[in-house]
Amino acid sequence: MRYHTPQTFEEAARIAATGSGTTRFLAGGTDVLVQMRTGLVTPDDLIDLKHIPGAYDITQAPDGGWQIGVAVSGAALGEHPELGRAWPGVVEAMELVGSTQVQGRATLTGNLCNGSPAADSVPALVAAGAVVRVTGPDGTREVPVEEIPEGPGKTALVPGEVVSALLLPPRGAAGGDAYQRFIPRTEMDIAVVGCAVNLTLDGDVIRAARVALGAVAPTVLLVPDAAAALVGSHWDDGARARIEAAARAAARPITDKRGTAEFRTHVAGVLAGRVADIAYRRAKGEQT
Amino acid sequence: MTTIRVTTEVNGDRVEFLADPRETLLDVLRDKLGLTGSKEGCGTGDCGACSVLLDGRLVSSCLVLGVEAEGRKVETIEGMAPGEELHPLQRKFLEHAALQCGFCTPGFLVASKALLERNPDPTEEEVRYWLAGNLCRCTGYDKIVRAVLDAAAEMRGAG
Ligand SMILES: Cc1cc2nc3c(=O)[nH]c(=O)nc-3n(C[C@H](O)[C@H](O)[C@H](O)COP(=O)(O)OP(=O)(O)OC[C@H]3O[C@@H](n4cnc5c(N)ncnc54)[C@H](O)[C@@H]3O)c2cc1C
Ligand code: FES
Ligand code: FES
Repeated sequence: MRYHTPQTFEEAARIAATGSGTTRFLAGGTDVLVQMRTGLVTPDDLIDLKHIPGAYDITQAPDGGWQIGVAVSGAALGEHPELGRAWPGVVEAMELVGSTQVQGRATLTGNLCNGSPAADSVPALVAAGAVVRVTGPDGTREVPVEEIPEGPGKTALVPGEVVSALLLPPRGAAGGDAYQRFIPRTEMDIAVVGCAVNLTLDGDVIRAARVALGAVAPTVLLVPDAAAALVGSHWDDGARARIEAAARAAARPITDKRGTAEFRTHVAGVLAGRVADIAYRRAKGEQT
Repeated sequence: MTTIRVTTEVNGDRVEFLADPRETLLDVLRDKLGLTGSKEGCGTGDCGACSVLLDGRLVSSCLVLGVEAEGRKVETIEGMAPGEELHPLQRKFLEHAALQCGFCTPGFLVASKALLERNPDPTEEEVRYWLAGNLCRCTGYDKIVRAVLDAAAEMRGAG
Protein backbone atom coordinates (compact mmCIF):
# COMPACT_ATOMS: atom_id res chain seq x y z
CA MET A 1 0.00 0.00 0.00
CA ARG A 2 1.29 3.42 -0.96
CA TYR A 3 0.41 6.23 1.43
CA HIS A 4 0.13 9.70 -0.08
CA THR A 5 -0.18 13.10 1.58
CA PRO A 6 -1.06 15.52 -1.22
CA GLN A 7 -1.05 19.25 -0.49
CA THR A 8 -3.87 20.13 -2.91
CA PHE A 9 -7.08 18.50 -4.13
CA GLU A 10 -5.78 18.67 -7.70
CA GLU A 11 -2.79 16.59 -6.65
CA ALA A 12 -5.08 14.17 -4.77
CA ALA A 13 -7.23 13.80 -7.88
CA ARG A 14 -4.15 13.24 -10.04
CA ILE A 15 -2.85 10.48 -7.77
CA ALA A 16 -6.28 8.84 -7.77
CA ALA A 17 -6.61 9.11 -11.55
CA THR A 18 -3.23 7.53 -12.23
CA GLY A 19 -3.45 4.82 -9.55
CA SER A 20 -3.39 1.34 -11.02
CA GLY A 21 -5.26 -0.66 -8.39
CA THR A 22 -7.67 0.07 -5.56
CA THR A 23 -7.70 3.65 -4.38
CA ARG A 24 -9.18 5.07 -1.20
CA PHE A 25 -9.19 8.55 0.22
CA LEU A 26 -8.46 8.86 3.91
CA ALA A 27 -10.49 11.38 5.88
CA GLY A 28 -11.30 10.15 9.41
CA GLY A 29 -10.60 6.55 8.47
CA THR A 30 -13.49 5.17 10.54
CA ASP A 31 -14.79 3.27 7.51
CA VAL A 32 -11.53 2.85 5.55
CA LEU A 33 -9.54 1.43 8.46
CA VAL A 34 -12.32 -0.95 9.47
CA GLN A 35 -12.48 -2.18 5.87
CA MET A 36 -8.71 -2.61 5.80
CA ARG A 37 -8.62 -4.39 9.14
CA THR A 38 -11.39 -6.81 8.24
CA GLY A 39 -9.75 -7.53 4.90
CA LEU A 40 -12.72 -6.18 2.96
CA VAL A 41 -10.67 -3.59 1.07
CA THR A 42 -6.89 -3.31 0.83
CA PRO A 43 -6.06 -0.13 -1.02
CA ASP A 44 -3.01 0.00 -3.27
CA ASP A 45 -3.06 3.77 -2.95
CA LEU A 46 -4.31 5.47 0.19
CA ILE A 47 -4.60 9.21 -0.23
CA ASP A 48 -4.71 11.15 3.05
CA LEU A 49 -6.59 14.41 2.54
CA LYS A 50 -5.77 15.88 5.93
CA HIS A 51 -2.60 17.69 4.83
CA ILE A 52 -4.51 19.86 2.37
CA PRO A 53 -4.86 23.45 3.63
CA GLY A 54 -8.44 24.22 4.66
CA ALA A 55 -9.38 20.57 5.24
CA TYR A 56 -10.19 21.29 8.90
CA ASP A 57 -12.01 24.61 8.33
CA ILE A 58 -15.66 25.54 8.72
CA THR A 59 -16.29 28.90 7.03
CA GLN A 60 -19.34 31.02 6.39
CA ALA A 61 -19.68 32.84 3.07
CA PRO A 62 -20.97 36.42 2.85
CA ASP A 63 -24.35 35.08 1.62
CA GLY A 64 -24.67 33.01 4.81
CA GLY A 65 -23.86 29.67 3.20
CA TRP A 66 -21.36 27.29 4.82
CA GLN A 67 -18.29 25.51 3.57
CA ILE A 68 -17.21 22.48 5.58
CA GLY A 69 -13.74 21.03 5.05
CA VAL A 70 -13.34 17.34 4.25
CA ALA A 71 -11.47 16.58 7.48
CA VAL A 72 -13.85 18.32 9.91
CA SER A 73 -14.77 15.71 12.52
CA GLY A 74 -18.20 15.18 14.01
CA ALA A 75 -16.82 16.49 17.30
CA ALA A 76 -15.55 19.70 15.68
CA LEU A 77 -18.86 20.14 13.85
CA GLY A 78 -20.75 19.80 17.13
CA GLU A 79 -18.57 22.41 18.80
CA HIS A 80 -19.32 25.09 16.19
CA PRO A 81 -22.03 27.26 17.79
CA GLU A 82 -23.22 29.20 14.74
CA LEU A 83 -23.39 26.17 12.47
CA GLY A 84 -25.36 24.32 15.14
CA ARG A 85 -27.87 27.16 15.27
CA ALA A 86 -28.18 27.36 11.49
CA TRP A 87 -28.38 23.63 10.70
CA PRO A 88 -29.19 21.76 13.91
CA GLY A 89 -30.52 18.76 11.99
CA VAL A 90 -27.29 18.26 10.06
CA VAL A 91 -25.22 18.59 13.24
CA GLU A 92 -27.42 16.26 15.31
CA ALA A 93 -27.37 13.66 12.52
CA MET A 94 -23.57 13.67 12.34
CA GLU A 95 -23.32 13.56 16.13
CA LEU A 96 -25.26 10.28 16.12
CA VAL A 97 -22.43 8.61 14.21
CA GLY A 98 -20.58 6.17 16.44
CA SER A 99 -19.01 6.83 19.84
CA THR A 100 -17.05 9.76 21.26
CA GLN A 101 -13.93 8.10 19.82
CA VAL A 102 -15.49 7.77 16.36
CA GLN A 103 -16.72 11.39 16.60
CA GLY A 104 -13.11 12.49 17.08
CA ARG A 105 -12.35 11.42 13.51
CA ALA A 106 -15.45 10.71 11.40
CA THR A 107 -16.37 13.27 8.74
CA LEU A 108 -19.53 14.22 6.86
CA THR A 109 -17.83 13.67 3.51
CA GLY A 110 -16.59 10.23 4.53
CA ASN A 111 -20.08 9.30 5.71
CA LEU A 112 -21.42 10.33 2.29
CA CYS A 113 -18.68 8.79 0.14
CA ASN A 114 -18.69 5.47 1.97
CA GLY A 115 -22.06 4.98 0.31
CA SER A 116 -24.01 3.32 3.12
CA PRO A 117 -27.80 3.59 2.68
CA ALA A 118 -27.98 3.90 6.49
CA ALA A 119 -25.40 6.70 6.81
CA ASP A 120 -26.86 9.03 9.41
CA SER A 121 -25.73 12.42 8.15
CA VAL A 122 -26.74 11.87 4.54
CA PRO A 123 -30.54 12.27 4.89
CA ALA A 124 -29.92 15.49 6.83
CA LEU A 125 -27.54 16.78 4.13
CA VAL A 126 -30.03 15.88 1.40
CA ALA A 127 -32.90 17.58 3.24
CA ALA A 128 -30.72 20.66 3.79
CA GLY A 129 -30.01 20.91 0.06
CA ALA A 130 -26.28 20.43 0.58
CA VAL A 131 -23.93 20.30 -2.40
CA VAL A 132 -20.47 18.80 -2.72
CA ARG A 133 -17.66 20.40 -4.66
CA VAL A 134 -15.91 17.68 -6.63
CA THR A 135 -12.39 18.06 -7.99
CA GLY A 136 -11.42 15.71 -10.79
CA PRO A 137 -9.12 15.37 -13.78
CA ASP A 138 -11.40 17.66 -15.79
CA GLY A 139 -11.71 20.40 -13.21
CA THR A 140 -14.28 21.12 -10.55
CA ARG A 141 -18.03 20.53 -10.50
CA GLU A 142 -20.74 20.96 -7.91
CA VAL A 143 -23.12 18.08 -7.31
CA PRO A 144 -26.23 17.93 -5.07
CA VAL A 145 -25.65 15.43 -2.28
CA GLU A 146 -28.65 13.30 -3.31
CA GLU A 147 -26.92 12.57 -6.63
CA ILE A 148 -23.81 11.07 -5.00
CA PRO A 149 -25.07 7.72 -3.61
CA GLU A 150 -25.83 5.13 -6.28
CA GLY A 151 -26.20 2.01 -4.17
CA PRO A 152 -24.60 0.30 -1.18
CA GLY A 153 -20.90 1.26 -1.35
CA LYS A 154 -21.33 2.94 -4.74
CA THR A 155 -21.19 6.63 -5.57
CA ALA A 156 -21.47 8.79 -8.68
CA LEU A 157 -17.85 9.90 -8.27
CA VAL A 158 -15.72 8.62 -11.14
CA PRO A 159 -12.15 7.39 -10.61
CA GLY A 160 -9.94 10.40 -10.00
CA GLU A 161 -12.67 12.50 -8.46
CA VAL A 162 -12.39 13.73 -4.89
CA VAL A 163 -14.84 15.78 -2.85
CA SER A 164 -13.00 19.00 -2.03
CA ALA A 165 -15.69 20.68 0.10
CA LEU A 166 -19.19 20.29 1.37
CA LEU A 167 -21.48 23.29 0.96
CA LEU A 168 -24.61 24.08 2.97
CA PRO A 169 -26.95 26.80 1.75
CA PRO A 170 -27.69 29.92 3.82
CA ARG A 171 -30.24 29.05 6.50
CA GLY A 172 -32.29 32.20 5.95
CA ALA A 173 -35.14 33.33 8.19
CA ALA A 174 -37.86 31.09 9.68
CA GLY A 175 -36.27 27.77 8.80
CA GLY A 176 -35.65 24.58 10.73
CA ASP A 177 -34.25 21.12 10.15
CA ALA A 178 -34.10 17.92 12.17
CA TYR A 179 -32.99 14.29 11.96
CA GLN A 180 -33.89 11.19 13.93
CA ARG A 181 -33.14 7.53 13.48
CA PHE A 182 -34.64 4.42 14.95
CA ILE A 183 -32.23 1.97 16.58
CA PRO A 184 -33.08 -0.71 19.15
CA ARG A 185 -30.70 0.84 21.71
CA THR A 186 -29.71 4.41 22.54
CA GLU A 187 -26.12 4.55 21.18
CA MET A 188 -23.65 2.76 18.94
CA ASP A 189 -25.89 1.14 16.37
CA ILE A 190 -26.76 1.50 12.70
CA ALA A 191 -30.02 3.16 11.67
CA VAL A 192 -32.94 0.82 11.01
CA VAL A 193 -34.67 3.87 9.55
CA GLY A 194 -33.52 7.50 9.46
CA CYS A 195 -35.50 10.59 8.49
CA ALA A 196 -34.61 14.24 7.98
CA VAL A 197 -36.91 17.19 7.39
CA ASN A 198 -35.94 20.73 6.48
CA LEU A 199 -38.58 23.42 6.08
CA THR A 200 -39.12 27.16 5.92
CA LEU A 201 -42.17 29.07 7.07
CA ASP A 202 -44.12 32.07 5.97
CA GLY A 203 -45.82 33.06 9.22
CA ASP A 204 -47.31 29.78 10.44
CA VAL A 205 -47.54 28.24 6.97
CA ILE A 206 -44.92 25.88 5.59
CA ARG A 207 -43.65 27.54 2.43
CA ALA A 208 -41.00 25.03 1.33
CA ALA A 209 -39.82 21.64 2.55
CA ARG A 210 -37.41 18.82 1.79
CA VAL A 211 -37.76 15.35 3.30
CA ALA A 212 -35.21 12.52 3.09
CA LEU A 213 -35.25 8.93 4.31
CA GLY A 214 -32.33 6.65 5.15
CA ALA A 215 -32.04 2.85 5.37
CA VAL A 216 -35.28 2.13 3.51
CA ALA A 217 -33.82 1.75 -0.01
CA PRO A 218 -30.43 1.01 -1.66
CA THR A 219 -29.64 4.73 -1.34
CA VAL A 220 -30.80 7.58 0.84
CA LEU A 221 -34.03 8.88 -0.71
CA LEU A 222 -35.21 12.42 -1.32
CA VAL A 223 -39.00 12.16 -1.02
CA PRO A 224 -40.72 15.02 -2.89
CA ASP A 225 -44.21 13.63 -2.11
CA ALA A 226 -43.52 13.85 1.60
CA ALA A 227 -42.37 17.45 1.17
CA ALA A 228 -45.48 18.25 -0.88
CA ALA A 229 -47.57 16.87 1.99
CA LEU A 230 -46.24 19.69 4.18
CA VAL A 231 -46.17 22.68 1.87
CA GLY A 232 -49.08 25.07 2.35
CA SER A 233 -50.06 23.56 5.71
CA HIS A 234 -49.94 24.91 9.28
CA TRP A 235 -48.50 21.59 10.46
CA ASP A 236 -51.90 20.29 11.50
CA ASP A 237 -53.16 16.71 11.91
CA GLY A 238 -53.96 16.47 8.21
CA ALA A 239 -50.38 17.36 7.25
CA ARG A 240 -49.05 14.83 9.73
CA ALA A 241 -51.20 12.05 8.29
CA ARG A 242 -50.15 13.02 4.76
CA ILE A 243 -46.40 13.05 5.46
CA GLU A 244 -46.65 9.70 7.27
CA ALA A 245 -48.44 8.17 4.31
CA ALA A 246 -46.02 9.69 1.78
CA ALA A 247 -42.97 8.45 3.70
CA ARG A 248 -44.42 4.93 3.90
CA ALA A 249 -45.27 4.97 0.20
CA ALA A 250 -41.69 5.97 -0.70
CA ALA A 251 -40.02 3.36 1.52
CA ARG A 252 -38.91 0.22 -0.28
CA PRO A 253 -36.82 -1.48 2.37
CA ILE A 254 -35.39 -4.94 2.67
CA THR A 255 -35.90 -7.35 5.54
CA ASP A 256 -32.73 -8.09 7.49
CA LYS A 257 -31.62 -8.76 11.05
CA ARG A 258 -32.25 -5.15 12.00
CA GLY A 259 -35.91 -5.14 10.99
CA THR A 260 -38.49 -6.44 8.58
CA ALA A 261 -39.59 -4.48 5.53
CA GLU A 262 -43.04 -4.01 7.13
CA PHE A 263 -41.54 -2.64 10.33
CA ARG A 264 -39.20 -0.28 8.49
CA THR A 265 -42.06 1.01 6.35
CA HIS A 266 -44.16 1.67 9.42
CA VAL A 267 -41.32 3.41 11.26
CA ALA A 268 -40.55 5.59 8.23
CA GLY A 269 -44.00 7.14 8.66
CA VAL A 270 -43.70 7.53 12.43
CA LEU A 271 -40.31 9.22 12.15
CA ALA A 272 -41.41 11.51 9.32
CA GLY A 273 -44.20 12.84 11.53
CA ARG A 274 -41.97 13.29 14.57
CA VAL A 275 -39.11 14.88 12.70
CA ALA A 276 -41.37 17.27 10.80
CA ASP A 277 -42.77 18.36 14.16
CA ILE A 278 -39.30 19.16 15.51
CA ALA A 279 -38.30 20.98 12.31
CA TYR A 280 -41.51 23.02 12.44
CA ARG A 281 -40.94 24.00 16.05
CA ARG A 282 -37.33 24.92 15.32
CA ALA A 283 -38.47 27.06 12.41
CA LYS A 284 -40.79 28.86 14.84
CA GLY A 285 -37.79 29.63 17.01
CA GLU A 286 -38.49 27.10 19.77
CA GLN A 287 -35.52 25.45 21.47
CA THR A 288 -35.81 21.72 20.82
CA MET B 1 6.92 -2.56 1.29
CA THR B 2 8.44 0.81 1.97
CA THR B 3 8.42 2.08 5.50
CA ILE B 4 7.89 5.70 6.35
CA ARG B 5 9.76 7.72 8.95
CA VAL B 6 7.36 9.40 11.34
CA THR B 7 8.14 12.11 13.88
CA THR B 8 5.55 12.73 16.51
CA GLU B 9 5.07 13.65 20.15
CA VAL B 10 3.95 11.03 22.65
CA ASN B 11 3.13 12.10 26.22
CA GLY B 12 5.23 15.20 25.75
CA ASP B 13 8.30 13.45 24.34
CA ARG B 14 9.48 13.74 20.78
CA VAL B 15 9.44 10.28 19.23
CA GLU B 16 10.60 8.89 15.90
CA PHE B 17 9.70 5.54 14.38
CA LEU B 18 9.60 3.73 11.07
CA ALA B 19 6.16 2.47 10.10
CA ASP B 20 4.67 0.29 7.45
CA PRO B 21 1.80 2.53 6.25
CA ARG B 22 -0.71 -0.23 7.05
CA GLU B 23 0.29 -0.33 10.71
CA THR B 24 -2.12 1.27 13.14
CA LEU B 25 -1.12 3.79 15.74
CA LEU B 26 -2.09 1.17 18.32
CA ASP B 27 0.39 -1.32 16.83
CA VAL B 28 3.09 1.34 16.79
CA LEU B 29 2.47 2.34 20.40
CA ARG B 30 2.47 -1.24 21.64
CA ASP B 31 5.05 -2.94 19.42
CA LYS B 32 7.47 -0.15 18.48
CA LEU B 33 7.31 2.23 21.42
CA GLY B 34 6.72 -0.30 24.19
CA LEU B 35 3.62 1.53 25.41
CA THR B 36 1.39 -1.47 26.06
CA GLY B 37 -1.17 0.30 28.24
CA SER B 38 -3.47 0.85 25.26
CA LYS B 39 -5.21 -2.44 24.51
CA GLU B 40 -6.65 -4.03 21.41
CA GLY B 41 -10.09 -5.33 22.28
CA CYS B 42 -11.63 -5.41 18.82
CA GLY B 43 -9.44 -3.59 16.30
CA THR B 44 -12.53 -2.17 14.59
CA GLY B 45 -13.50 0.88 16.64
CA ASP B 46 -16.17 -0.77 18.76
CA CYS B 47 -14.67 -1.21 22.24
CA GLY B 48 -12.56 1.84 23.13
CA ALA B 49 -9.80 -0.19 24.84
CA CYS B 50 -7.28 1.53 22.56
CA SER B 51 -8.44 5.09 23.39
CA VAL B 52 -5.80 7.83 23.14
CA LEU B 53 -5.86 11.56 22.57
CA LEU B 54 -4.69 12.76 19.17
CA ASP B 55 -4.15 16.54 19.18
CA GLY B 56 -6.40 16.61 22.24
CA ARG B 57 -9.24 14.63 20.63
CA LEU B 58 -10.34 11.29 21.96
CA VAL B 59 -9.89 8.64 19.25
CA SER B 60 -9.55 4.89 18.92
CA SER B 61 -5.88 4.30 18.08
CA CYS B 62 -6.82 1.09 16.24
CA LEU B 63 -8.57 3.34 13.69
CA VAL B 64 -5.60 5.65 13.19
CA LEU B 65 -2.59 4.77 11.07
CA GLY B 66 0.83 5.20 12.62
CA VAL B 67 1.84 7.39 9.69
CA GLU B 68 -1.05 9.73 10.47
CA ALA B 69 0.68 10.68 13.73
CA GLU B 70 3.31 12.66 11.81
CA GLY B 71 3.63 16.11 13.36
CA ARG B 72 0.85 15.52 15.85
CA LYS B 73 0.49 15.05 19.60
CA VAL B 74 -0.43 11.69 21.08
CA GLU B 75 -1.41 11.20 24.73
CA THR B 76 -1.76 7.70 26.14
CA ILE B 77 -2.59 6.12 29.49
CA GLU B 78 1.14 6.04 30.29
CA GLY B 79 1.11 9.84 30.49
CA MET B 80 -1.88 10.06 32.81
CA ALA B 81 -0.35 9.89 36.28
CA PRO B 82 1.67 12.99 37.13
CA GLY B 83 4.93 11.47 38.40
CA GLU B 84 4.52 8.93 41.21
CA GLU B 85 1.03 10.06 42.16
CA LEU B 86 -2.04 8.52 40.61
CA HIS B 87 -4.42 10.76 38.69
CA PRO B 88 -7.64 11.25 40.72
CA LEU B 89 -9.52 9.14 38.17
CA GLN B 90 -7.07 6.27 38.61
CA ARG B 91 -7.40 6.50 42.40
CA LYS B 92 -11.20 6.60 42.24
CA PHE B 93 -11.29 3.58 39.92
CA LEU B 94 -9.37 1.67 42.57
CA GLU B 95 -11.48 2.97 45.48
CA HIS B 96 -14.75 2.11 43.74
CA ALA B 97 -13.45 -1.24 42.46
CA ALA B 98 -14.37 -0.03 38.98
CA LEU B 99 -12.32 -2.78 37.35
CA GLN B 100 -12.03 -6.53 37.42
CA CYS B 101 -9.85 -7.95 34.67
CA GLY B 102 -8.66 -4.43 33.87
CA PHE B 103 -8.48 -4.84 30.11
CA CYS B 104 -10.89 -1.99 29.45
CA THR B 105 -9.52 0.25 32.21
CA PRO B 106 -6.85 2.27 30.34
CA GLY B 107 -9.41 3.15 27.68
CA PHE B 108 -12.02 4.16 30.24
CA LEU B 109 -9.47 6.30 32.08
CA VAL B 110 -8.24 8.10 28.97
CA ALA B 111 -11.83 8.67 27.80
CA SER B 112 -12.97 9.86 31.25
CA LYS B 113 -10.07 12.27 31.52
CA ALA B 114 -11.02 13.75 28.14
CA LEU B 115 -14.59 14.16 29.39
CA LEU B 116 -13.64 15.92 32.61
CA GLU B 117 -11.31 18.29 30.78
CA ARG B 118 -14.27 19.43 28.68
CA ASN B 119 -16.98 19.09 31.28
CA PRO B 120 -15.81 19.17 34.92
CA ASP B 121 -19.35 18.61 36.23
CA PRO B 122 -21.05 16.00 34.04
CA THR B 123 -24.39 14.40 34.89
CA GLU B 124 -24.61 10.63 35.15
CA GLU B 125 -26.34 10.58 31.78
CA GLU B 126 -23.54 12.63 30.20
CA VAL B 127 -20.94 10.23 31.61
CA ARG B 128 -22.82 7.23 30.23
CA TYR B 129 -23.21 8.74 26.76
CA TRP B 130 -19.60 9.91 26.60
CA LEU B 131 -18.39 6.43 27.58
CA ALA B 132 -20.81 4.54 25.29
CA GLY B 133 -17.89 3.62 23.03
CA ASN B 134 -15.98 1.97 25.88
CA LEU B 135 -17.05 -1.59 26.50
CA CYS B 136 -16.48 -3.54 29.70
CA ARG B 137 -17.31 -7.21 29.97
CA CYS B 138 -16.80 -7.42 33.74
CA THR B 139 -18.09 -4.56 35.85
CA GLY B 140 -21.58 -3.80 34.58
CA TYR B 141 -20.53 -0.12 34.26
CA ASP B 142 -22.17 1.25 37.43
CA LYS B 143 -18.97 1.30 39.44
CA ILE B 144 -17.13 2.96 36.57
CA VAL B 145 -19.75 5.67 36.29
CA ARG B 146 -19.69 6.26 40.06
CA ALA B 147 -15.89 6.45 40.04
CA VAL B 148 -15.93 9.06 37.28
CA LEU B 149 -18.57 11.17 39.06
CA ASP B 150 -16.67 10.94 42.34
CA ALA B 151 -13.37 11.88 40.68
CA ALA B 152 -15.09 14.83 39.00
CA ALA B 153 -16.41 16.02 42.36
CA GLU B 154 -13.00 15.72 43.97
CA MET B 155 -11.27 17.50 41.10
CA ARG B 156 -13.81 20.34 41.25
CA GLY B 157 -13.17 20.66 44.98
CA ALA B 158 -9.42 20.77 44.45
CA GLY B 159 -9.62 23.26 41.57
C1 LIG C 1 -17.65 1.97 15.92
C2 LIG C 1 -18.25 2.65 14.72
C3 LIG C 1 -19.55 3.14 14.78
C4 LIG C 1 -20.11 3.76 13.67
N1 LIG C 1 -21.38 4.24 13.77
C5 LIG C 1 -21.97 4.86 12.73
C6 LIG C 1 -23.29 5.39 12.83
O1 LIG C 1 -23.92 5.33 13.88
N2 LIG C 1 -23.83 5.98 11.74
C7 LIG C 1 -23.16 6.10 10.57
O2 LIG C 1 -23.69 6.66 9.63
N3 LIG C 1 -21.89 5.61 10.44
C8 LIG C 1 -21.28 4.99 11.48
N4 LIG C 1 -20.01 4.51 11.36
C9 LIG C 1 -19.31 4.60 10.07
C10 LIG C 1 -18.35 5.79 9.91
O3 LIG C 1 -17.89 6.25 11.16
C11 LIG C 1 -18.99 6.95 9.17
O4 LIG C 1 -19.45 6.53 7.92
C12 LIG C 1 -18.03 8.15 9.02
O5 LIG C 1 -18.74 9.33 8.80
C13 LIG C 1 -17.01 7.97 7.91
O6 LIG C 1 -16.20 9.14 7.83
P1 LIG C 1 -14.61 9.06 7.77
O7 LIG C 1 -14.15 10.47 7.67
O8 LIG C 1 -14.10 8.25 8.88
O9 LIG C 1 -14.43 8.30 6.39
P2 LIG C 1 -13.20 7.48 5.82
O10 LIG C 1 -13.16 6.14 6.45
O11 LIG C 1 -11.96 8.28 5.85
O12 LIG C 1 -13.68 7.33 4.30
C14 LIG C 1 -14.89 6.66 3.99
C15 LIG C 1 -15.04 6.52 2.47
O13 LIG C 1 -15.23 7.77 1.87
C16 LIG C 1 -14.22 8.02 0.90
N5 LIG C 1 -13.86 9.41 1.02
C17 LIG C 1 -13.50 10.06 2.18
N6 LIG C 1 -13.29 11.37 1.93
C18 LIG C 1 -13.53 11.54 0.61
C19 LIG C 1 -13.46 12.68 -0.25
N7 LIG C 1 -13.15 13.91 0.22
N8 LIG C 1 -13.76 12.51 -1.57
C20 LIG C 1 -14.11 11.29 -2.04
N9 LIG C 1 -14.18 10.18 -1.29
C21 LIG C 1 -13.89 10.31 0.03
C22 LIG C 1 -13.09 7.06 1.20
O14 LIG C 1 -12.38 6.70 0.01
C23 LIG C 1 -13.83 5.89 1.78
O15 LIG C 1 -14.32 5.05 0.77
C24 LIG C 1 -19.39 3.90 12.47
C25 LIG C 1 -18.07 3.41 12.41
C26 LIG C 1 -17.49 2.81 13.52
C27 LIG C 1 -16.10 2.32 13.45
S1 FES D 1 -9.37 -1.97 19.87
FE1 FES D 1 -9.74 0.00 19.15
S2 FES D 1 -11.83 0.29 19.59
FE2 FES D 1 -11.53 -1.80 20.14
S1 FES E 1 -12.80 -4.88 33.84
FE1 FES E 1 -12.79 -6.56 32.49
S2 FES E 1 -13.47 -5.66 30.64
FE2 FES E 1 -13.75 -4.09 32.03
